[in-house]
Amino acid sequence: MANSRRAGGDRVFWLLLSFACAFALWEAAGRFRLSAAFPPFSDTVMAFLRMAADGSLAKAYLSTSQPLIIGFAICGVVGVGFGVWMGLSRTVEWLSVPVFVILQAAPMAAVVPLVTYIYGIGLTSKVLAVVVLAAPVIVMNSYKGIRNTNSSLIQMCRAFLGTRTQVVVKIILPHAAAMIFAGLRLGLAMGFIGVVIAELLITPTGIGDLITYHSSVADFPEMFAAVGSIILIAAVTIHALERLERRLFPPESRGS
Amino acid sequence: MELTGIGKTYATGVEALRDVTHAFPAGKLSTLLGPSGCGKTTLLKIIGGLIPATAGEVRVKGKRVDGPGAERAFVFQDFALLPWATVLRNVAFGLELRGVPGEERLEIARKFIGEVGLAGFEASYPHQLSGGMRQRVGLARALAVDADIILMDEPFSSVDEQTRRKFQEDLLDLLRHRRKTVIFVTHSIEEAAYLSDQIVLLSARPGTVSQIIQPNVNRGSKSPDEIRRDKNYLDAVDDIWHVLKRYLG
Repeated sequence: MANSRRAGGDRVFWLLLSFACAFALWEAAGRFRLSAAFPPFSDTVMAFLRMAADGSLAKAYLSTSQPLIIGFAICGVVGVGFGVWMGLSRTVEWLSVPVFVILQAAPMAAVVPLVTYIYGIGLTSKVLAVVVLAAPVIVMNSYKGIRNTNSSLIQMCRAFLGTRTQVVVKIILPHAAAMIFAGLRLGLAMGFIGVVIAELLITPTGIGDLITYHSSVADFPEMFAAVGSIILIAAVTIHALERLERRLFPPESRGS
Repeated sequence: MELTGIGKTYATGVEALRDVTHAFPAGKLSTLLGPSGCGKTTLLKIIGGLIPATAGEVRVKGKRVDGPGAERAFVFQDFALLPWATVLRNVAFGLELRGVPGEERLEIARKFIGEVGLAGFEASYPHQLSGGMRQRVGLARALAVDADIILMDEPFSSVDEQTRRKFQEDLLDLLRHRRKTVIFVTHSIEEAAYLSDQIVLLSARPGTVSQIIQPNVNRGSKSPDEIRRDKNYLDAVDDIWHVLKRYLG
């Protein structure tokens, strides 16, 4: 226990050191004037604090979070539901697996302009951009989770007179839960990409607006602060989900 | 418990079983033994109603059965325990599926956990137990549903030799007063001779009943070690070997 705590402390130390090195290099490169568009780390942090203080960051995230949350919620309900259905029904599987295999491999960002063409420049298009990027991995993970159920456990459930519903509810779904959750985590990461693309490509709103506006008026520290902030938020959110996942589904309690 | 003309041909054209006819005596332990690949496990799963036969029928107490039933309970080779559930819930799982109310089924489960020697492990998870202990959970789950017939598919094959001996002795102890009909699949000659009232020897694929051997070991008054030196036990081991030898090589 003491040992593992010390190892944990060591890890935090190396992590902080690695960040410190990266930021020091950034600061040096900025001071050296590599490019007029590349501000030092310290200027970026100051810009970040200014934007946090005057409320422009908060306002931006209020607007950015809307398509992200709506889109992710749609994926969470419809995407997981459809993936589970694909795993349970041979017909649905046969009809849709090839489509989702292609969708998962395709650079879906390319579809965003098409979405704009059909649905205009409003919230709908931005929600769709999130859905288009996040859905494939969520659907496929749910599907695989269901299909990978240990067949011996299903046989056991039938041998003890479990009905089909009981097999699904008491064996297949708990067995797939860990993989479905992992799919949601990966889907959220894709959702962040989707919302940023939408806000840069469709119409500048929220964080996308901050990035485009400050780059157009050459406020590079502000622009870098905006970019850095979305990276930070995405990384922290995904990492928190990963920790939650490990707590909810410890590896040893997963079925194989 | 009767089998009439059971046959099984897989969709791939492989014929696993042909015309298996046999009546298992009630209240006795019968072993299915045969060369590897002879369809022992397939036959047991057909009896359990887990896979359909392509010919013949299974009758339990005179009634034809096509699927799993409350009068048969299964013990699996790979234990088939829920990895996310405690020992207590795993043992109670058969009752849970039958809709037995919570407190009642947990009480029954606790009783059987004690009987298989796992008292104190109710809150443990399967991954915290050894192979032998996991199979005790599997056995307790089968006993808890109070079926007359217990089907055991190579239950000790993933358990190490020393644990297995102890487990065999405990199994005989548990079954002694219960009058359960047990059908036990194994590939171990010694295990069959040690445990069985009756041994059904199957031929090589396609499997069919080759010979019935009754070890006639008088277990009642003897200790496990005395049984392993008993003349009838040793004769049975010899007889089985002479039959099985024909199917090897």
